[in-house]
Amino acid sequence: METVLKAFTLIADPYTLGVMLLAALFGLFVGAIPGLTATMATALLIPFTFFMDPVPAIAAIVATVATAIFAGDIPGALLRIPGTPASAAYCDETYAMTKKGLAERALGIALVTSVIGGLTGSIVLSMSAPALAEFAIQFSSYEYFWLACLGLSCAVIISTGSTLKGFVSLFIGLFIATIGIDGTAGFPRFTFGSVELMGGVSFIPAMIGMFAISEVLRYVASNRATIAVPQQPVGSVFKGLGSILYKYKINIFRGSSLGAVIGILPGAGADIAAWITYAISKKRSKEPEKFGTGHPEGLVDAGAANNASLAGAWVPAIVFGIPGDSITAIVIGVLYMKGMNPGPMVFIERPELIYAVFIAFFIANLALLPLGFGAIKLSRQILKIPRRVLMPVILVFCMVGAFAINNTVFGITVMLVLGIIAYLMEENGFPVAPAILGIVLGNMVEDNFMASMIKADGDPLGFFSRPIAATLGILTIALWLTPLLVMAFKKYTNRQRQERAV
Amino acid sequence: MPFLKTLKTLALSATVVGAATFVTTMQAYAEYPERPITLIVPWGAGGGTDATGRMIAGLLKNELGQPVNVVNRTGGSGVVGHSAIATAPADGYTIGVVTVEIGMMHWAGLTELTGKDYTPIALYNADSAGIQVRADSEWKSAKDVLAAIKANPGKHKGSGTGQGGIWHLALAGMLQDAGAAADAAPWVPSKGAAPALQELVAGGVDVVTSSVVESSALIKAGKVRSLAVMGEARLGAFPDVPTLKEAAGSDWKMAAWRGIAGPKGMPDEATKKLSVALEKVYKSSEFQEFMNGRGFGLVWKPGAEFATWMEESDAALGGVMKAVGLAK
Repeated sequence: METVLKAFTLIADPYTLGVMLLAALFGLFVGAIPGLTATMATALLIPFTFFMDPVPAIAAIVATVATAIFAGDIPGALLRIPGTPASAAYCDETYAMTKKGLAERALGIALVTSVIGGLTGSIVLSMSAPALAEFAIQFSSYEYFWLACLGLSCAVIISTGSTLKGFVSLFIGLFIATIGIDGTAGFPRFTFGSVELMGGVSFIPAMIGMFAISEVLRYVASNRATIAVPQQPVGSVFKGLGSILYKYKINIFRGSSLGAVIGILPGAGADIAAWITYAISKKRSKEPEKFGTGHPEGLVDAGAANNASLAGAWVPAIVFGIPGDSITAIVIGVLYMKGMNPGPMVFIERPELIYAVFIAFFIANLALLPLGFGAIKLSRQILKIPRRVLMPVILVFCMVGAFAINNTVFGITVMLVLGIIAYLMEENGFPVAPAILGIVLGNMVEDNFMASMIKADGDPLGFFSRPIAATLGILTIALWLTPLLVMAFKKYTNRQRQERAV
Repeated sequence: MPFLKTLKTLALSATVVGAATFVTTMQAYAEYPERPITLIVPWGAGGGTDATGRMIAGLLKNELGQPVNVVNRTGGSGVVGHSAIATAPADGYTIGVVTVEIGMMHWAGLTELTGKDYTPIALYNADSAGIQVRADSEWKSAKDVLAAIKANPGKHKGSGTGQGGIWHLALAGMLQDAGAAADAAPWVPSKGAAPALQELVAGGVDVVTSSVVESSALIKAGKVRSLAVMGEARLGAFPDVPTLKEAAGSDWKMAAWRGIAGPKGMPDEATKKLSVALEKVYKSSEFQEFMNGRGFGLVWKPGAEFATWMEESDAALGGVMKAVGLAK
């Protein structure tokens, strides 16, 4: 109880609250602009968090992403261009509502379900993370090794696009993680005598490059037609909302809880949560034929799910240092920078900081209601801001952020190189998420493998020597073998069928 | 056009600042310090060295009347930042935090730099290594630990930091001093004391030789016990933890330390002013409270004493590193 009170005093500081308000406005702005994602907003925040104490720094990120994911629905509804990938699943639906003259209703539903989803996610986070941390204190290098393997496998399986391309992306990430002095023997790898490379590819410049620079490059390469903004006046946002939400109360619950769970899975974030819950909503609906014609049902599920997944993604990030989505991949870097190294230890050593983060989640999602309402009212003005002015500003912030982490120009080089790599990958259909997980988890897999081998005196059976480790190990191996077994089974049944036909 | 106006103002102020800098460098004989001082921290933001460095920078500013800017220069296991301090212009306007690693990096063949390449100003912190075991461990004293490791070389594993890090040397040196092989308890590298202590609690390793303070949260939570501290005297915050001498009769001592130093050949006036200001900072209630609150050990050794301290530390570290096979 004392910890929770301490956490409240940390958050209730006027500076922290002020930072959160500014961050929320920033999030609304970035989310509402097509092409600027919530992850990018986080990357752009880094130079600012650098000068803050841990709690305001993390609270700023929390507030930014919560509002950005909702704001992504605004251009989705008005222009049929999702503001962030998380709104892509239902942007046809909301646009269809707009064409029926129901733009306000669509955005009102999106806003209220976002708030409910966000609050559900916050509850899931603040309930499950401390319990999981209590359990995770029993984890040794064996368990961490398997967890990291599971995380990497998940990233490939859940990633969008072909599994093969997912694998290629993962290995690019793992390769980047091997650069630098290795943690066990102190041997420099791929450093070519450079002292800068000895420390490895610095994580935050890499993330800024992959999420922000790649987006700037995409803008430069695209045709720069100005977006025509519809000029109809904005009506009442909340009118008639109550009855719709009451009608779909089960959808809200289902979307929120599923979204939080999908968020917890490594590599799957708000966009995948929205796609999956939208599909489930359609499958379970009594009137699936109405989906895509401006029907609110799927929007309720997916609108709640994408905001719920945001908080869910923080569970593995804080407890194990395994990112639940691309936003938390950056958050982990910031946590290290602020001395709040993720893992069960931080729950014992500085629990008030963790609880302050939980409280920040609740505040941010509650504040989303009035702020989001304002954003809907101002949406047409936001969409008119010319992007040829925005992109250079973004580039400057990226450079400042990449430089400030280690006070070295080398950070900017890392950022640019990885930005170009990420751009080329995405242009050719390679998902970026597995590469990011590879960079984040590469060292975790390796260090824990080496530590385990030293502990077990080189005996590979050590990985199965403890009950939890053995369970996780068998689960991981089963996950790897399932596609092969399914393939073999199909071949076998096919041959039998052919033989019978003959 | 307010934007253009701002630009003009900016350009104008830049010129003025530029001119001012030029003028001040011209008057080299004015009293030190007449412009901001840079304090290089060779480790990342958020760590212990960074925290103490920033605290000192803030308090030094009040004493010297000039801002002291902290710059983190990380990478290469501390080589980058330590080189930046040593190779900075020796005018008293660039100083830095030098840490125990300065006596280790050159033995490992990472750099040529040693403590002799600096103008020592003062040592302000030292944290002795402790011997930590799980709360339910059968080992009740440092003697038990040494006896068990000696009886079964290779069986019991230790951890606390990366391979060849300061806490690794603490364990290896202690074993060597007790007449066992330096690697009788194989080292499991970790990314610092916190993950190592988690391994300890989870049963992955048997002993962690990090500083006692680093495990204080787990000691309070009843998950870890500290059996001894490798220092001259018991710690104020842990009066029940005996010294290694009391617990096992061993003279072995090992501590991680931090001090302020500048490049070699700094002007006497600057060195003197800095030492006086730093002593005031060290003795200020603000600094003492901060250090005690965060559990950092307070030790004060100015100028020449700091130089001797660095030399002794260097020799002790070199001895252990050669014994463990980490010296090149």
